[in-house]
Amino acid sequence: MRQRMITQRVGFAILALAALVVVGPIMLIVGTIVVRGMNAISWEFLTAMPRDGMKAGGILPAIVGTIILTLGTALAAIPVGVGGAIYLAEYARDTFLTRAIRLAMINLAGIPSVVYGLFGLGLFVLFLHFGTSILAGSLTLAIMTLPIIISTSEEALRAVPTEFRTVSASLGGTRWQGIRHVVLPQAFPGIITGIILGLLRAAGETAPILFTVSAFFLPRLPQSPFDQTMALPYHLYVISTQVPGMPLDIQYGVALVLLVLILSMNLAATVIRSYFRRKRQW
Amino acid sequence: MSLRLNSSAITRRHWLEFTIEAVIRVLGFSTIGFVLLIFLFLLREGGQAFFEVPLANLFGTRWYPTFGLYGILPLLLGSVLVTVSAIAIALPLGLATAVFVREVAPRWAREILKPLIEVLAGIPSVVLGFFGMTLIAPALRVTFDLPTGLTAFSGALILAYMALPTIISVAEDALDAVPKSYRDAGLALGATQWQIIWRVVVPAARSGIVVAVMLGMGRAIGETMAVMMVTGNAARMPLGLDALFRPVRTMTATIAAEMGEVANGSTHFHVLFAIGIILFVVTFLINLTAAASIFKKRRRGGLR
Repeated sequence: MRQRMITQRVGFAILALAALVVVGPIMLIVGTIVVRGMNAISWEFLTAMPRDGMKAGGILPAIVGTIILTLGTALAAIPVGVGGAIYLAEYARDTFLTRAIRLAMINLAGIPSVVYGLFGLGLFVLFLHFGTSILAGSLTLAIMTLPIIISTSEEALRAVPTEFRTVSASLGGTRWQGIRHVVLPQAFPGIITGIILGLLRAAGETAPILFTVSAFFLPRLPQSPFDQTMALPYHLYVISTQVPGMPLDIQYGVALVLLVLILSMNLAATVIRSYFRRKRQW
Repeated sequence: MSLRLNSSAITRRHWLEFTIEAVIRVLGFSTIGFVLLIFLFLLREGGQAFFEVPLANLFGTRWYPTFGLYGILPLLLGSVLVTVSAIAIALPLGLATAVFVREVAPRWAREILKPLIEVLAGIPSVVLGFFGMTLIAPALRVTFDLPTGLTAFSGALILAYMALPTIISVAEDALDAVPKSYRDAGLALGATQWQIIWRVVVPAARSGIVVAVMLGMGRAIGETMAVMMVTGNAARMPLGLDALFRPVRTMTATIAAEMGEVANGSTHFHVLFAIGIILFVVTFLINLTAAASIFKKRRRGGLR
């Protein structure tokens, strides 16, 4: 008996160690980037154009570019994603076609990001003649984020109890009125969470925008959806691999700005989710 | 009079309802359309490669596009080597962590671990690649006394951490779906918690764990930026015992690195799209298999 307890003690210790091996490097990565990146961060770094072959000045066009791309992605992905989720949660029955949709979503979620880049190049840049542009990149990123937005929104819609729909119907509401005025408002926090999680993925991705939007170096802000733009993830890739003699502090600075952007979106999603989960009456 | 007005209002509402429902239906089916569209456009640009390049060349062992040699075998094996090594690292770590979080850890430890793992899932791959390049690769070079730290092993290490959040969360769900009665039965037989975990719970959850591994693998094989930044990108056959500690090049990295420099419509361009087709098909098959077992298990009640 005693020996079995010793085995258990040792075993649990090993499991705890494994968990530590998993989270230790995460803290190391975030910590290093925060500490070293802080050296580069200044008002000028965040608000000025790059100078001296990007070795000095700021990263404003990359920050603005990422924000614009993310907004463009939101514009394209939200209506389609939320609409798709409403169909799956409220209208679809368990038929062969519905299962085909689920399969398509699983596969869409699994397609490598660089393949999305190829697709965007083939369809938007070349076939539709959008050129390498914000438009082409946003649409590519939007399709990539769809499965995330649809699956989280569907979950939020399904979590609304059936009684809400029955009550709406008993008051003479049509199906759509019930969804529009009762179900959607109830599921709203969950849907917002899903949207943020999807956009966060879009904001951090590099491969899909490699051949669809990105400008290596473009020291001005984009003027139209058909312009190219710099973007934070691609900028980090460029300055850490393509530009010799790039000061390490600037590289860490860009990594930090990107990380802060992504993690604050992550935090916002978590806060919204937990706040409304606690407030919820049902 | 008022009755007629009423009925026209109802008709209008009926039409509105009808239109909205139609739009939502279309949006619902859009995902199928996008998958088809993606495949179609990959085929449109990449299909020709299979006719332009003799198959013996295409599936040869040498990738020198400037000399017309388009052997994708080294790239394919590069992807396989990096992915399999990544899973070999991530599976034991991920399973142990999932078991720890679900079955062993006190509440406070769980509340620290779970958000940290979510943070890892959120870190952009280019940031991980940057970190790998600047800190991990030099450290590996010194530790193992290598000519360069940019090796298949560095890539596998980074990929393992990128696959971990997926593996941990799916494995956790699988462990969670094991009925409490199984554990109670183990306890009643006088087993310790440790014995119950490894002889009852984990075996009962094994097909869910297989799904976790497959989804992690799908994520690893498609990963691009981090891999491109840390593996050194030498397109040579990764054979021999030391292949893991030499530079290697994956399919994803090849597309990302070379697409910017080729002329649209050239053979090289088409071959890069053909590699895209291979990636699409491979990830499709992996996810299809994973999905098939998810659907099956869902019907049986719970993923496990």
